[in-house]
Amino acid sequence: MIEPVQKIEALQDAGPTDPPHSQWRDVWDQFRKHKGALMGGTFLLCITLGVLFGEYIWTIDPQKLDIRNKDIRPIYSVLWNSDAKVQWGHPLGTDNLGRDALANMIVGGRTSMAVGWVAMILALSIGTSIGVLAGYFRKLDGPLMRFTDLVLSLPILPLLLVAVTLFRDPLRASFGPETGMFILIVGVVGITSWMQTARIVRSEVLALKEREFILAARSIGTTPGAIIRRHLLPNVISPIMVSATLGLATAIITESALSFLGVGFPPDFPTWGKMLADSVPRMDQFPERVMLPGLAISFTVLSVNYLGDGLRDALDPRIRGR
Amino acid sequence: MLTFTIRRLITSVPTLLFISLVIFLLLELAPGDPMAQVPLTVPPEVKAKMREALGLGEPLHIRYWKWLVQFFWIEPQVLFDHWFGTTFSEGKLRILSWQTRSPVMDMVVQRLPQTLWVVGMSYVVGILIALPIGIYSAYRQYSLFDQSGTFITMVGFSIPPFFTGPLLIMVFAVQLGWFPSVYDTTHVVDDWASFKIQLRQMIMPVMVLALQTTAQISRFMRASMLDNLNQDYVRTARAKGLPEKVVVMVHVLRNSMIPVVTAIALGVPGIFGGAIITEVVFKVNGIGAQLLSALFANDLPSVQTLTFMIAVLIVTFNLIADVLYGVLDPRIRYD
Repeated sequence: MIEPVQKIEALQDAGPTDPPHSQWRDVWDQFRKHKGALMGGTFLLCITLGVLFGEYIWTIDPQKLDIRNKDIRPIYSVLWNSDAKVQWGHPLGTDNLGRDALANMIVGGRTSMAVGWVAMILALSIGTSIGVLAGYFRKLDGPLMRFTDLVLSLPILPLLLVAVTLFRDPLRASFGPETGMFILIVGVVGITSWMQTARIVRSEVLALKEREFILAARSIGTTPGAIIRRHLLPNVISPIMVSATLGLATAIITESALSFLGVGFPPDFPTWGKMLADSVPRMDQFPERVMLPGLAISFTVLSVNYLGDGLRDALDPRIRGR
Repeated sequence: MLTFTIRRLITSVPTLLFISLVIFLLLELAPGDPMAQVPLTVPPEVKAKMREALGLGEPLHIRYWKWLVQFFWIEPQVLFDHWFGTTFSEGKLRILSWQTRSPVMDMVVQRLPQTLWVVGMSYVVGILIALPIGIYSAYRQYSLFDQSGTFITMVGFSIPPFFTGPLLIMVFAVQLGWFPSVYDTTHVVDDWASFKIQLRQMIMPVMVLALQTTAQISRFMRASMLDNLNQDYVRTARAKGLPEKVVVMVHVLRNSMIPVVTAIALGVPGIFGGAIITEVVFKVNGIGAQLLSALFANDLPSVQTLTFMIAVLIVTFNLIADVLYGVLDPRIRYD
């Protein structure tokens, strides 16, 4: 029962039907199909714009004490408690010193996001350089990867706590309380979270190094530096982007954890983690003060994770197009 | 298998030495003078004597060596004496806390069981929940179970423990009153009723920590199962007529466990970090809480020893994972 052979359509085409499109167009097409990633990306964009420019729209000073209007509940609590103390002037309520919660959320979010981004970029640059060096130069591979393995088994959070507590005062003295703390937290988070990136980049570089185009580049006398810059780095950009999202999420959580444990930024400098930590003792009366920063952290991290998931799918040519 | 285990045991020695060096140097390079709290009226020569009494006068490498000797030689002797009633450690200087003037290891021994109990339980619980979820959602990829499982693990991955902790306390301790909000470490389990109390107070801290583990491990499990389910050997196994249960639970599972064990091992440092936060939230007086209080009191010997103890625990768990790795994958054993 052999069916008659159909004419193979693909062979009849005179030329390609679709105009050729670039790799990034394919990536975007695949990325668009991942609903969670799209929503995560949109949310992250919104919250970034919100914390960056929110201060110009919501112009209340977050540090202004207004003791007459303290302990105002958020506006939505009228829904279940009609005699809750609410004000349109403070849509998310105020804290026990009358500071506006919305303004604090915006400023705190800016700190958390800034720490996250800068620490992530620092970790990525360390991780990528170590990964590329270990992957490309065989002599460096052994020592660098042994070193990475050693750092991976360090107790990160205890060391972070120790480093932040011990180096806090001198950095404060030389850079001022906020900048000093920012440099310290970004530094320690960046230095302790580059290992995964380094491992991934190394394995990619190891595979790429054996390909023909690298051989061709080397045969016309390209220097190792140029090969790394022109040929290797553009090809490992996708794993780097995926680990960037993971790094951003970790950095935000680590900063909040440090603030929660009481070793973060100075007390009058709000971050989401610190707002959460400060409100825990009275959370049975004012649950919203724990919920709002907690949800902000969780949603930001969730959206970053979804973004990373989508990016992973979109940037992997084996999955793309299926 | 034994040689493999011994070899792994030996390679963990340099790791531990490196970690101890990092901790030592971190505390050494830290600016700040332990004599800063001493009144200004104390003359400088007395201060120099006090410095010497604290062992700060010696050069760096000698102090490092002395600390290593204290930790790896004298403290085990104390333990040995305690077990067998011998007197090897008599008159030898142990690591003393600046806060309480008592040996740090004594306090660690008092507090370690709480931490290990909570952390260990949560890791075991997390893995036990994660593996079936990962296996089933890979087996039925893109089913409703898989979709919702992915979503829940994503959420669990994203919510930090310092938010879930207060949240659980608010719901289950304050509103519903099912579980106590504070972990009572003096509670003694001697009968069924006290065991139930112990169980109730452990549920919340364990669940907070287990949520993170579950999320991470079940994602790894799913990915690894998916990689293996399309392999040729699976088709062969089915073609041989093996029941589906054997194919999935024996052939695929064993091969998929290899990367998962690595993930489990790599997650151990994270779980100890989470344990510090959980101990603070639920007032468990384990070594994490002790580390924090020692840090705030500027009690450097305690900080040094506790951080290193956590490192030792991490390395030990990594070792166990590596040995499991060898059990699962014979190729590694004979390498």
